[in-house]
Amino acid sequence: MNEDACYTQLKALVGPYLPEDVSVDAIRPESHFVKELNINSANLVDIVLDVEDEFDIVLENEEMEAMQTVRDAMELIRRKRAAR
Amino acid sequence: MEMANIIAQLPYSEPFLFVGSLESVDEEGVEGSFTFREDHPFYRGHFKGRPVTPGVLLTECCAQVGLACLGIYLTAGQEEKGALFVLSSSEMEFYVPVYPGEKVRVRSNLHYFRFGKLKCGVRMYNAKDQLVCKGVLAGMQLKKGNG
Repeated sequence: MNEDACYTQLKALVGPYLPEDVSVDAIRPESHFVKELNINSANLVDIVLDVEDEFDIVLENEEMEAMQTVRDAMELIRRKRAAR
Repeated sequence: MEMANIIAQLPYSEPFLFVGSLESVDEEGVEGSFTFREDHPFYRGHFKGRPVTPGVLLTECCAQVGLACLGIYLTAGQEEKGALFVLSSSEMEFYVPVYPGEKVRVRSNLHYFRFGKLKCGVRMYNAKDQLVCKGVLAGMQLKKGNG
């Protein structure tokens, strides 16, 4: 999977969890899920669970905690898929 | 873990403890009950002259049994003692009222507990086994240092 495809897929997945005042267009690779996209920690867990299903990977607690920006997530997905 | 021990570890006390006893608890879920005493002061104001248990307190009862007790059981092996969970979302539907003095039973089934988020489906029944309310509740485990 190339990076663009991963980014597009990830954006679509994050979209439903954005609060009303944040649009999908506001998502950038460097966006911080909590600080910039205003996603709360409970919804961030649901995003991680969706990422697991969508990309067929299993994440550890430490990996989830390190996943703070959209780019972190893309890098994590790339690494986990490569290690399968 | 002993069920009485779970109740002792709950972070609530009078007048905001809404767990009376636990009937069963395992990895899949928990069942417990509570009696809403007639002399609880909120009945004076909800509603004026027509006391009915507020839906928010039925939800709280479901959360204390279904989330807090289950959370203590599921985290019993962890280092941090006295797991504290805060409600992160609730979606409830209510069917029949609970009047002062009624005993209710809460059944909670675990949906998942991952990355500190505990999500479960809850159902509350009255003494006649009628469904009082049902819904989905989720809570986040507070870690030392961020709460």
